Amino acid sequence: MSKMYYRELYCGSPVRFWMGLTLLGAIIAVGLGAAYYMEHQGHWVTGMSNQIVWGLPHVFAIFLIVAASGALNVASIGSVFGGPLYKPLGRYSALLAIGLLVGGLIVLVLDLGRPDRLIVAMTEYNFKSIFAWNVILYSGFVAIVAVYLWTMMDRSMEKFKRPLGFAAFFWRIALTTGTGSIFGFLVAREAYDAAIMAPMFVIMSFSYGLAFFIITLIAAYIWGDREIGVYRLTKLKNLLGVFVGAVLYFVLAYNLTNLYVAQHHGIERFILLDGGIYTMMFWIGQILIGSVIPLFLIYSPAFENSRWAIAVASIAVLIGGFFQIYVIVIGGQAYPMNLFPGKEIVETGFFDGQIINYVPTFPEAALGIAGMAVSLALVAIGARVFKVFPETLED
Amino acid sequence: MSNKSDQPSVERRQFIGGTLAAAGALTLAPGVILHAAGSADKTTSGASGEHRWGMLIDANKCADGCSACVDACNSEHGLTDLGRPETDAVWIRPVKLKDKQTGHVDRLVMMCQHCEHPPCVDVCPTNASFKRIDGVVLVDRHRCIGCRYCMMACPYKARSFVHEALSEQSVAAPRGKGCVEGCTLCVHRIDAGEMQTACQEACTREGHNAIVFGDMKDPDSEISRILKSHNSVQIRADLELNTGVRYLNL
Repeated sequence: MSKMYYRELYCGSPVRFWMGLTLLGAIIAVGLGAAYYMEHQGHWVTGMSNQIVWGLPHVFAIFLIVAASGALNVASIGSVFGGPLYKPLGRYSALLAIGLLVGGLIVLVLDLGRPDRLIVAMTEYNFKSIFAWNVILYSGFVAIVAVYLWTMMDRSMEKFKRPLGFAAFFWRIALTTGTGSIFGFLVAREAYDAAIMAPMFVIMSFSYGLAFFIITLIAAYIWGDREIGVYRLTKLKNLLGVFVGAVLYFVLAYNLTNLYVAQHHGIERFILLDGGIYTMMFWIGQILIGSVIPLFLIYSPAFENSRWAIAVASIAVLIGGFFQIYVIVIGGQAYPMNLFPGKEIVETGFFDGQIINYVPTFPEAALGIAGMAVSLALVAIGARVFKVFPETLED
Repeated sequence: MSNKSDQPSVERRQFIGGTLAAAGALTLAPGVILHAAGSADKTTSGASGEHRWGMLIDANKCADGCSACVDACNSEHGLTDLGRPETDAVWIRPVKLKDKQTGHVDRLVMMCQHCEHPPCVDVCPTNASFKRIDGVVLVDRHRCIGCRYCMMACPYKARSFVHEALSEQSVAAPRGKGCVEGCTLCVHRIDAGEMQTACQEACTREGHNAIVFGDMKDPDSEISRILKSHNSVQIRADLELNTGVRYLNL
């Protein structure tokens, strides 16, 4: 086997790199301004309320955090499971994982009611709270993956690569289990309170993370005028197909279980039949765009060697994934909690029994998009400064 | 402007000596200090495990169209109506129910149920949500980071997030923008030795007597006597949270 050379990613023209970074910087600046505005005015200027307490920023944050742990999979396959084709991609996989996680965390923190009290969250732990565990899991993930990246890049650290790969792999499973359990551990709401949430989030992370990885890898190689072989992309594509199918399976198991339980018929009817925007997001966003179209593009013989089909399938998986998180986070809150089974609520001072309307506002969207921009900017700078990309990925 | 300070003048040497002594005391004797704090109840009116404060709402007596308890709660705790019902703070709310099968109508008020096993306390990452030894569930506004996970976890929708800057707050209930809050069971009154919450006081004044507040651990209290002789229910009893707020005739 020929030796693999890694080189910093310089794009065809320096202007393109700096223009790209400037654009990302502008998006981040708008997002920070939005966060300042929301913090300064108070959250009444957002679409969030006492009924929809987590809104669009949380959708972005959870989406990025879930994708982050999945992005590390390629490195794990390379150094933990010994896949030679994946090995050269390990460095970028780790860089992307860190970038996505930091982007998601920034959104999460800036949407807190008191972001200035982050130090309280870092020093005061209630170990019965999965949120407190997540503070440790998220910051630990960045640290472990950073060291893991170091062992992949520095030959003198080579001997630590495998144990760190293992550690990072188990840590990332714990991280997504923790993220899914944020919802799994909520006894109050009918859409949540299910153990399947944890493994479902793990498999969702496999899918979104790989889709992020494929699309950014293709973009980087176009950006840097480098070669990437179809065989390697096809391998990644097939893996994505398996993950998309697995997510679909978990969604099926979750909904079938709910459909069996009379108590959950209301929420199922809401999501699957008459929930308006949420029903549309579920069927068109999550199922059609996020599952059916990518599966067709991945497995149809007509697109067997088409890298554009792979790129489109990855983007579709990401769009579908975003809608999936939206339906889980917002749809689950929009449907009312059933405090009084068998009773109809005829008068309420606090929207009891009503389906809650949520319209996200511009500042919320700006903050969320800025989180994505932070991820991309970190990856762009990281790839320029460190030798993460192989000079060529020809077959 | 006067130069006169209201601070006592302190000699530097005394100050340093005092600081060192205080630091020494804090370093050497935390056990003593903790012990003193733990036994505060014997000498002060701090919370005590000998009580469990609770409330009983009689759905038959809760009068249609009445909002006396809500108004009293709002004025007691300085909750203002900003005309934004989605984001305005609500600590107590009336709910009118109709049985889907029989058409029977009930009216009651909902607030923090002061659970023995409160989900809000379980999920709070920073221990800001906490339960006092006497059963009152509160939010420490100095620790709350405004993550709203407790609002996601509460089965009773009993909490509100402060969505805007506040002014002219009530001394009884300090609040803060970006923090979560809810019914305190008028803990400031309990700690002052008063045996009546603002909502109960208003309900009694209106002549409805639908709210009874008291110590559920004291067998002779009114609430204990009624709970013993009548069949009461907990809302979402299936969750086994052992609520401190119970309902009659529901």
